[in-house]
Amino acid sequence: MELLYSVCVGVLVSCGVFLILRARSFPIVLGLTMLSYAVNLFLFASGRLTINKAAILSANDQYADPLPQALVLTAIVIGFAMTAFSVILSIRARADLGNDYVNQQTNNKIGVKK
Amino acid sequence: MQHIVAFPILFPLFSALLLLLPPCGKNIKVRRIASVSFSIIALAINLSLLVQVCNLGTLTYAIGNWQAPFGIVLHADLFAVTLTSLAAFLTLCCVLFSCAGDDARGSFFHPLVQFLLMGVSGAFLTGDLFNLFVFFEVLLIASYSLLMHAADKHNTRGALHYVILNLVGSAVFLIALGTIYGVIGSLNIQDVAVRITQLADDDIYLAMIGGSLLLIVFALKAALLPLHMWLPNTYSNAMPVVAALFAIMTKVGIYSIIRVYNSIFSADSGPLGAMGQNILWYAALATIVVGTMGVLASKDMRKLVANLIVVSAGTLIALASMQQMQATAAAIYYLIHSTLVCAALFLCVDLIASQRGKVADRITTGRPVKQGLLIGLVFFVSALAVVGMPPLSGFIGKIWILKATYQQGEYALFWPVYLVSSLLLLVGVTRAGSIVFWQNTPTDADKMDVKPAHRAKIYAVYILAAVSPLMVIFAKPISDFCLQAAMQIHPVTTVAPLTGGL
Repeated sequence: MELLYSVCVGVLVSCGVFLILRARSFPIVLGLTMLSYAVNLFLFASGRLTINKAAILSANDQYADPLPQALVLTAIVIGFAMTAFSVILSIRARADLGNDYVNQQTNNKIGVKK
Repeated sequence: MQHIVAFPILFPLFSALLLLLPPCGKNIKVRRIASVSFSIIALAINLSLLVQVCNLGTLTYAIGNWQAPFGIVLHADLFAVTLTSLAAFLTLCCVLFSCAGDDARGSFFHPLVQFLLMGVSGAFLTGDLFNLFVFFEVLLIASYSLLMHAADKHNTRGALHYVILNLVGSAVFLIALGTIYGVIGSLNIQDVAVRITQLADDDIYLAMIGGSLLLIVFALKAALLPLHMWLPNTYSNAMPVVAALFAIMTKVGIYSIIRVYNSIFSADSGPLGAMGQNILWYAALATIVVGTMGVLASKDMRKLVANLIVVSAGTLIALASMQQMQATAAAIYYLIHSTLVCAALFLCVDLIASQRGKVADRITTGRPVKQGLLIGLVFFVSALAVVGMPPLSGFIGKIWILKATYQQGEYALFWPVYLVSSLLLLVGVTRAGSIVFWQNTPTDADKMDVKPAHRAKIYAVYILAAVSPLMVIFAKPISDFCLQAAMQIHPVTTVAPLTGGL
């Protein structure tokens, strides 16, 4: 389970980083979303991965750590707000700048085939 | 009144909400009056908390009465409350300045400023690492919107850079917190500081990774080289009154470095003691050098002031990396001074830009500033203070910094870098000032259409600039106070030469 989980986090992070380095606003928004998914999974795993344990203190001492779940909830809410803001800002930038390049454009456009 | 510790966070929250509701939301005049009076009350709350902390010592407030390792605590010591008061004071001045008309150029200026104050105060007061993240996000989302306030096409790209950079920074922050929680099992700063000494074997390396990531995030917020690139562009893209408010935001990063690295990674915290000290020290020196070059290369006044902020951030981090009581005390004094003086300079640049027509704030020959004497005086005082010329507060800060580094035996490298950079800053600022104010091509025709600056703007700038002479007149009590605050951060005086790991 740990292996599968860590591979998932790793793949998500690498996809996110790749998309962010594309330097165009919509891939970047997607990349940021993927990165925040990966971060949420990572935070969740920081309480150790367990199966069949409730996230509450009970009579027996078999319980999952509830704190990372609270942290993940908070991170999801914040990440959602931030994604919404970056989408709106990207749309505004697309309208204002006439293209979706994040970097300063020179005459020879990077990544545009003639 | 134990609940007063939470008021610096709660009050701006409620005032922001009230400012959104009618009658404040409808009528600009009511909104301005309400906003200024809320800011005054916020400052009064902060000052009364400061008095309480002076009398009673550090106050700890468990939110919802959940006790320390499980719940979130607010930790109000002298340093934290000084900075929340500083933030409230700066907010008051900026709100006053914006009432002259800048607030009406976009929507929701006043509520956003109050949300920003809430985030900044929360980040200063909190004693929990995850809560620090939450307040960082609160202040960031307010700052994103403020950055776009009254923005036109040219500002969008700068804002986009800033937002993306900070979103990546937030992701790294969360990964750092996950690592630290996974290995240490707590996020309360004091609890982490205790538990980190008991780590063994591989856990030490995991904690080191977490700590290093945390350092990277704070360095990004504090604009430390090589993560400072965003600052000059962002600050010069924002409206000057917003940029003046942002002067406190790099200080949040510096505060976090001082707070976290003096408690969690202090010199006597076992195998991870003084982690990353060398890196911080050299990066800080490089930041001073690059910031100075930026000042010399600036083509407009806003970029110049933004680069001055980079220099002050470098100086503060160099002091923070020494982890010494004297150095921290000097850092606190310098932090108060540099925040207010840089904010005054930003506001001053706004006044200059509005009176020079098309040339605006570019450092070239243009038509004269209409109220040259009135604005020139405040620019002169702030410029001298920021460079550190006697007799203003920058000079005392500079002497104290030099003394603190001398006591540490670090002067061989720090003194030349710092003093030469001061000289170059003097050259850069003087050149800008003399070109803008004296090298004019006066024509009678274009003098007519410039309106004199609004009274509110003049008052705000003068209040901010007056702090520098006041900090000299009351230097003795203020420096005693800074020492006291630094003593709370370094409870035991330990000798920590620069032998840190990494």
